[in-house]
Amino acid sequence: MSTLRAALAIAAKDLRIEWRHKTALLTATMFAVLVLLIFVFARDPASVPLAAIAPSVLWVTLALSALVALNRAFLLEREHAALEGILLAPVARQALFWGKWLANLAFVLTVQAVAFPIWILFFNVTLAPALLAVAAVALLAAIGFTAVGTLFSAMAVRTRFAELLLPVLLLPFMIPPLFAASEATVRLLAGRPMGELWGWLRLLALYDLAFLVLANLLFPVVVDE
Amino acid sequence: MTTDLEKADRNIRRGLAIALVGMAGLAGVYLMAWQYTPDERFQGLAQKIFYIHPPAAYVSEMAFVIAGITSILYLWLKDARLDAFAEASAEVGLVFALVLLTTGPMWAKPIWGAWWTWDARLTFSLIEFLLFAGYFALRSAIRDPAERARYAAVVAIMGMLLVPFIHLTVYLFNTTHPQPVVVKTDRPSLPSEMLRTFLTSFVVFTVMYIGFVTARYGIGARRVAQEVTDAG
Repeated sequence: MSTLRAALAIAAKDLRIEWRHKTALLTATMFAVLVLLIFVFARDPASVPLAAIAPSVLWVTLALSALVALNRAFLLEREHAALEGILLAPVARQALFWGKWLANLAFVLTVQAVAFPIWILFFNVTLAPALLAVAAVALLAAIGFTAVGTLFSAMAVRTRFAELLLPVLLLPFMIPPLFAASEATVRLLAGRPMGELWGWLRLLALYDLAFLVLANLLFPVVVDE
Repeated sequence: MTTDLEKADRNIRRGLAIALVGMAGLAGVYLMAWQYTPDERFQGLAQKIFYIHPPAAYVSEMAFVIAGITSILYLWLKDARLDAFAEASAEVGLVFALVLLTTGPMWAKPIWGAWWTWDARLTFSLIEFLLFAGYFALRSAIRDPAERARYAAVVAIMGMLLVPFIHLTVYLFNTTHPQPVVVKTDRPSLPSEMLRTFLTSFVVFTVMYIGFVTARYGIGARRVAQEVTDAG
């Protein structure tokens, strides 16, 4: 079985489980909506207009809900020692990484896809073609940090305090993509020329490439006994 | 097993001796900063932090880089001593990062007018500190020594790749840090008394690093040896 086919099989398995239960997906989405809500109430409406905090709120919300989503990635495998079963299968360790990463990315993007229109609604964001570009930036940002998250959640799940440890490890790694995505969003919403965006997009693309490669290389170290 | 314990104890003693020499040197640096160097015209006494703050930054940075390199070597050679060394170096790096993060605000309040600003280098140091604090959070959450070593190495190596990205990110903010006065293409633009004290401090901090890491490495080795003795 080729690595790609094995990866797709693992991703399909994960997504099928998510789809059957829907609990994780629903909870993560609910969580995103609640974070958005909390931000609306945590600001002083007299001095801070919604539009001023909209880009930062979007990215804090997407980051936090991604953390919640990534936490469950390997919890599934812990039950009934399912991971051992997969590791016994005659497929490359890399296939497991790619499969898990694809499933995580799909999961995170689904949560984002629900949170995004609600963010537009709650923060009175003007509907404009630029929003499509913001969605593209969200995809570009998610590719990189889900790669790091896939590696770290495989480690965190085998430790005590897994739910606490993953955010502590992962958040420093989310800073560059979050910062770049947030800066790009501010410029997109303000209708700035594309020239101002290239730097941020390049940073995101470079981050994605660098961490996909390194996380994939280190993954066997994490799952092998 | 007593030989391992003895070896560990010898490392601790040796490390503490070197650290003591370093601390005596540090007292010397204080004395030089106080008596020998002139007061800076604009910053006055606040500038004296210059003899502590940059050396601490250099040592913590070096300590983290050495921890990263020994982590790579660990994954390659699987020698537990490399993991113990990476742990020792990271821990000493964390302590010097703390020195960095506490001396910075002391200088920043009179000069910048605020204890804390989101200046690029300051932010960078804070994130790096948190990164390695996470490294120790992970270490403390795993019981199995081999697994702990592997996972810690993975985090340290990922951290090494993260550092240039953080660097790039925070420098996209503007920096208000003083521009280089020692390492630059021209001649250093400061009085020779200041330069001499500054360079002495770098040597002293390096000696302290070597002492602390040797002692900490010994402590780690002692724990392992003790566990083996208890188990056997």
